[in-house]
Amino acid sequence: MTETPAGPLKRTPLYALHRELGARIVAFAGYEMPVQYPTGILAEHAQTRSAAGLFDVSHMGQVRLTAKLGHNAAKALESLVPADIAGLEPGQQRYTQFTNDQGGITDDLMVTSTGDHLLLVVNAACKAADLAHLQKHLATACEVEPMFSRGLLALQGPLAAEALARLAPQVAGLKFMTGAFVVIDGARCYVTRSGYTGCDGFEISTPADATDAIARKLLAQPEVKPIGLGARDSLRLEAGLCLYGHDIDTTTTPIEAGLLWSIGKERRQQGGFPGAALIQKQIAEGAPRKRVGLLPDGKAIAREGAEIAIAGKAVGKVTSGGFAPTLGRAIAMGYLERAHSASGTKVELLVRGNPVPAEIVPMPFVKHTYYRG
Amino acid sequence: MASVKYSQEHEWIGVEGDVGTIGITQYAQEQLGDVVFVDVPKAGRKVAKGEACAVVESVKAASDIYAPASGEVIEANAALADAPGDVNAEPMGKGWFFKLRLSDKSELDGLMDQAAYEAFVKSLS
Repeated sequence: MTETPAGPLKRTPLYALHRELGARIVAFAGYEMPVQYPTGILAEHAQTRSAAGLFDVSHMGQVRLTAKLGHNAAKALESLVPADIAGLEPGQQRYTQFTNDQGGITDDLMVTSTGDHLLLVVNAACKAADLAHLQKHLATACEVEPMFSRGLLALQGPLAAEALARLAPQVAGLKFMTGAFVVIDGARCYVTRSGYTGCDGFEISTPADATDAIARKLLAQPEVKPIGLGARDSLRLEAGLCLYGHDIDTTTTPIEAGLLWSIGKERRQQGGFPGAALIQKQIAEGAPRKRVGLLPDGKAIAREGAEIAIAGKAVGKVTSGGFAPTLGRAIAMGYLERAHSASGTKVELLVRGNPVPAEIVPMPFVKHTYYRG
Repeated sequence: MASVKYSQEHEWIGVEGDVGTIGITQYAQEQLGDVVFVDVPKAGRKVAKGEACAVVESVKAASDIYAPASGEVIEANAALADAPGDVNAEPMGKGWFFKLRLSDKSELDGLMDQAAYEAFVKSLS
């Protein structure tokens, strides 16, 4: 890697720490990010599944929405997303998507209510567009504040709670998809019990200048090791979670993507979000295609873009595929015509021109172990 | 002692008589990261110099391996099916990919010796 201090790539508050830890740095969504540390992706993956891993996800976009006098921020945000945001209790978190008028997904995000405002976490590659979208549509009702310089740490794994509770005992009481303001190492942070690995764990929003010290405190815990973006991807794939720009994008609807669960029950009836008409139609009649899990026979790995066929006829495409370290085998997800999308259906995945037999399976590939109290 | 030559695609070929043993270099395995699967060519397959004839899959990506010389595959490293990590641990030893009966040893002249390859790798960083 060449040093380009004046270059266009941005750095998170942990850049120096990544260097110190011997990370291999790659360009990702406009940032110089660690893809792996010297132990490698397989070891990092296993570390997270068996103990705890610390991920720098500060490149993601954090935005705060605060209602203007006489307005309701949650109601306002509901005009852009299909989730039940108005029903969020203080401290509750929800997963949702920004949709467009065609029902496509322009980004997926987490929304947490703190009681007096909403905290959004959006994808790094989409954050500028998301911010403009929020400002364009919500400026009347809300103060839309980007907090793009804040740090965001994910601490994931079965021992994450034990490690974090040593620094901030009150996190032990948080349940999956809830959050609270917590002081860590003297800095006011916002911690949610959530993540992108399928494991129990936390995401910790930190003041920029406290991020490095908090990360070092966490890494000093015996359970915790640093984990790069490579293992973050293999972990989320095993957990069956969508990666924006790959498994979901402007051409896929939340229904096609199997995200109906994230749409509020009343909102399915009432609509009021972009693309509601099409999404409601798909809820009623079924979507033309569906995101499914795929388990290839043997060891060949079907990656993004591989064609899915039945008896030689193309019926879909793989959107994410890779090696699942926990299972010791290849896994994939992709979209298939609905008529062929039932679990147990045998298909072929075209890997470098060779058909590899595979079966449609339910996701996740590796059981979620969220802490629900 | 076999003579070892290197390609710009980071393959090595160890030559003894008219048999070449092919694998990837230390630099290549470091760049790939953890290897999880190697698709090696079957014995009997004839390959031309520069032909993509094997695939190495790391957690991150699939990479083609090109024949550094022409010939017929006489043996593939069957042990890699169960121990793909050998490619990381010993890329120039246990982690070899396949053996070729070379059809034209003069093709090896275009490859780099160790000193030239080391200089080449240095020029990449």
